[in-house]
Amino acid sequence: MLEADNLECVRGERRLFAGIGFKLGPGELLYLKGRNGAGKTSLLRMLIGLLPPEAGEIRWKGEPIKAAGEIFRADLCYLGHLNAIKEELTPLENLMVAARLADETLSEDDALDALEQVGLAGREDLACKYLSQGQKRRVALARLVQERRPLWVLDEPFVALDVAAVDWLAQLISAHLQRGGLAVMTTHQPVDIPAGTVRELGLS
Amino acid sequence: MTRRFNLYHFASPATFYPLAGALIPWFAAASVLFGLAGLYLGMLVAPTDFQQGEGYRIIFIHVPASWMSMFIYLVMAFWAAIGLAFNTRLSGMMTQALAPTGALMAFLSLWTGALWGKPMWGTWWVWDARLTSELILLFLYIGYMALVAAIDDPRRADKAGGLLLLVGVVNVPIIYFSVKWWNTLHQGSSVNLTKSSMAETMLWGMLLMAMCFWMYAIAVAFARVRTIMLERERHTDWVKAILAGGEK
Amino acid sequence: MLGVVTAVIARDLKLAMRRQADIVSALFFFIIVVSLFPLGIGPEPDLLRKLAPGVLWVAALLATMLSLPRLFADDHRDGTLEQLALSPHPLGLVVTGKVIAHWLVSGLPLTLIAPVLGIQFDLSTEALLVLTGAILLGTPALSGIGAIGAALTLGLRGGGVLLSLLVLPLYIPVLIFGAGAVDATVSGLGGEGHLSLLGAMTFASLGFAPWASAAALKIALE
Repeated sequence: MLEADNLECVRGERRLFAGIGFKLGPGELLYLKGRNGAGKTSLLRMLIGLLPPEAGEIRWKGEPIKAAGEIFRADLCYLGHLNAIKEELTPLENLMVAARLADETLSEDDALDALEQVGLAGREDLACKYLSQGQKRRVALARLVQERRPLWVLDEPFVALDVAAVDWLAQLISAHLQRGGLAVMTTHQPVDIPAGTVRELGLS
Repeated sequence: MTRRFNLYHFASPATFYPLAGALIPWFAAASVLFGLAGLYLGMLVAPTDFQQGEGYRIIFIHVPASWMSMFIYLVMAFWAAIGLAFNTRLSGMMTQALAPTGALMAFLSLWTGALWGKPMWGTWWVWDARLTSELILLFLYIGYMALVAAIDDPRRADKAGGLLLLVGVVNVPIIYFSVKWWNTLHQGSSVNLTKSSMAETMLWGMLLMAMCFWMYAIAVAFARVRTIMLERERHTDWVKAILAGGEK
Repeated sequence: MLGVVTAVIARDLKLAMRRQADIVSALFFFIIVVSLFPLGIGPEPDLLRKLAPGVLWVAALLATMLSLPRLFADDHRDGTLEQLALSPHPLGLVVTGKVIAHWLVSGLPLTLIAPVLGIQFDLSTEALLVLTGAILLGTPALSGIGAIGAALTLGLRGGGVLLSLLVLPLYIPVLIFGAGAVDATVSGLGGEGHLSLLGAMTFASLGFAPWASAAALKIALE
């Protein structure tokens, strides 16, 4: 259960938003909408605890995320607009290293399976610097395949994906929600995600 | 109408701005008075040193400047700790306002030390433990100012600068003792700048000059913090009101 | 708890092995700077013996500075630093791992090559041993203190120069005791006192610096 109360964000000298609040329960998806510069990414960074809000509070399972700290982060999966993959490592190594640092158990077979799902079969052992931009993005998305942490925070996950990949990712998010997971995401494209409850939050 | 004294009230820039403005003339006047008294004692009353002649009188600038350079660093570290602990806006502004004065004091201390060293030791610079530590302190001031200047977002600048100050203040004693040890190892005995048993008038002269520098530092820091406030809070209502109504 | 430290070390070492040019160029920088001094001041063995500890230590400081800007910058650029900050571990432990990995790829090679360079300066066997021991004990402190500077200057304009400005004054105690240990050995006083102080500084900075760096990283990530 993710709750936000009366959030305010100031970047530099500008107040991006104030009085933002919502409640999100298991199986629910929250879309953040707004024009460029409205503060969507800032709000996401607040929700994952990287950016302290100017005012207001964010709670995970009833506890402020700042106090919950590591307990909250153990429930959180964040996919930013950067891929967070190392160019020198292969896709397989990237997945294994990321899982190990996040304290997750990921078998090599599962990782290979995830890479196959994102269409990178046969490229598991090629250093990521030799992959195209789209392929790198798929390596980043492959993390989500075996991801079982309850809260997903995704920043523009559909950008630069072809139609088939958009469908695949929508299915993945949908399955996550059906397992009782929560998801918060920003997106420009209207994507149909079959889910129980879809909420929207507009930033002006 | 009675109002309870509230520190948070004065920690808000909107209330601190006029308060600082009202206090500046008083601190400036106090600085001038202490300075005149100190210089009178130091230059005219204090006896001529039988070994060092009149040249020693530069210590009335040198010693208080060294004291202030160290003291201001501690004050900045104090504000930095407050700022990081309580996330107050004023603290970062105060540390930034104090830094140039601290650096000036360190520079003044080095410069007068060199001027003094020439007639005393026949050389402009000796690697004396105190002079070397003062030089390193100047480096620390410059590092702080360079870091703060390189960060565009004022909040990040405050926090990063504050953290650097806290790291610095932990290191200053270590640096000082290591330099002192290095000095005794390499020179046998350290040249002690204040070894002569001080005449009481000299001590008073130095204390008065220290007060003069202190009052000066407060006055200048207040003036600087007012400028920083106007710049940073230029989009707020209270600054707009001041700018619209002319200087207060 | 320690699992994350070893995981970060393993990751950073793997990355460093794929980019060996970086390690080698910092090492050659060290060798070249040290070799320039005899060319600048003349080959008298007495003079060189006297200068060797200071020269080797200053060169070691500069070589460490060279690799520091990239300590967090690469991870910051590709987004992995955010993921590290979001991992369910205290960020200070993650930074501890990065500091140890940094030492293994920058401080350890310097330690291994230092006695060879000491021979160029005509140091006695005993002095060479103390020199190597001092660099071994002191370079972890350089990585630790340097990490604070690297975190504070993350993503800033002119970060590299600024980093030197912040970090070099803080390196002074390590320089004094590191070079002092060799000096004291050469002059027959024995360098044990210096070495134990150097060890104490390394110990203290490895305990303190990662947490200060972690605080600085959180500020930089906001």
